[in-house]
Amino acid sequence: MDMDVMISYLPLYLDALLLTVRIGWQGVLLAFFIGIPCATAVHLKIPAVKRVIQIYVELFRNTPLLVQLFFLYFGLPKIGIHVSAQFCGILGLGLLGGAYMAETFRSGLENIAPIQQESAQSLGMIPLQTFRYVILPQAVSSSIPGLLANVIFLLKETSVFSTISLLDLMFTAKDLIGMYAKTTECLLLLVIFYLILLLPVSLLGGFVERRLRYAEFGH
Amino acid sequence: MPNLGIEVLFRGTNLLRLLGGLWVAVRISLISTAISIFFGLMVGMLMVSKNKFLKLIFRLHLEIVRIMPQMVLLFIAYFGTTRVFGWNLPAEVSAVIVFSFWGIAEIGDLVRGALISIPVIQRESALALGMTQYQVYLYIILPQTIRRLVPLTINFITRLIKTTSLVMMIGIVEVLKVSQQIIEANRRTSPNAAFGVFAAVFLLYFLICWPISSLAGYLEKRWFQP
Repeated sequence: MDMDVMISYLPLYLDALLLTVRIGWQGVLLAFFIGIPCATAVHLKIPAVKRVIQIYVELFRNTPLLVQLFFLYFGLPKIGIHVSAQFCGILGLGLLGGAYMAETFRSGLENIAPIQQESAQSLGMIPLQTFRYVILPQAVSSSIPGLLANVIFLLKETSVFSTISLLDLMFTAKDLIGMYAKTTECLLLLVIFYLILLLPVSLLGGFVERRLRYAEFGH
Repeated sequence: MPNLGIEVLFRGTNLLRLLGGLWVAVRISLISTAISIFFGLMVGMLMVSKNKFLKLIFRLHLEIVRIMPQMVLLFIAYFGTTRVFGWNLPAEVSAVIVFSFWGIAEIGDLVRGALISIPVIQRESALALGMTQYQVYLYIILPQTIRRLVPLTINFITRLIKTTSLVMMIGIVEVLKVSQQIIEANRRTSPNAAFGVFAAVFLLYFLICWPISSLAGYLEKRWFQP
């Protein structure tokens, strides 16, 4: 183990971490923006839209991100659609995550007991009010653990970005190993930096899960 | 209409090679799944035991695989062990080791969750009916646990199959690597092959994972909805 080497690599890893964070959070944000409306549309049973969303969700949930990225990055330019690697990464992460978020949020919406809806209606609420004040808050609180698990999953998936030549943590490690063959040091740094990236999110997940149970009975 | 490069798939043995590559990925996931289920069941049962030390170890194991990307684990198993211990593991063996390491933790946690989700009243009622401890386990707890486990485990298997796409990074020639080779080899005659071939791989993965995850969804609906 060579401490000096590790210290000299630090700036490179830091840059890579920043890139991973930047693409990661944009992708996650996009995933939320795609996923939540999709789940809501499926829940409200909007005819044709529902079908299209279901196909999208099944397609992206059942294929690996790596294959999706290869298709977006290497495949699309062949039919004249050119996208930058970074945009590709964000889009890929957003599409994959959107499908997962939609699925999680949909099951949150579905798991609300029918009596909630019926009670709200019998109190004279219109459907929009029922959805806004009764269904939505409960669905959000019950699906938050799942949504946060998805965020961790998506941040982990950013490790495949190295294949479309984005200079993320994985790419940096691979590159440095290839150039200087300091395998142990590079891999140790890689582990440390992924811990820096993911441990806070994981801890936050546990914390939020304990705090956000307000919609359940007895809390 | 630009040339989509789909014709490359039907040239020579390209399609067969692609399917052969897919088989490599599926083979790795099958072996890893078998190992994971076998040891995962044991780990799950140990996790509900009272031994604090064992619990801590398994908890730590689970957190490691939850936080570390599988790609990092693959690199450690393939490149790291060579450097540190001097082991020269074949790529496929290290892939199976990593996926089993991951699967044992995840399935162990599923088993643990299923075991503690059986209401205490089930056990108490069975005891009150005069069943022995052994009977309670065999006829009451186990069948309900397995029922809860099956859909979740099937879901995990699809995750495993999808994750095998990463093994190309440690030099295993699986479906993605084969498709890159096909694209390179036909660069001259069909420069647009990347579109058709990667679309085909996309569909192939979908055709494998979709039926499996639909089965899981179906079982869940049938068994757990009134």
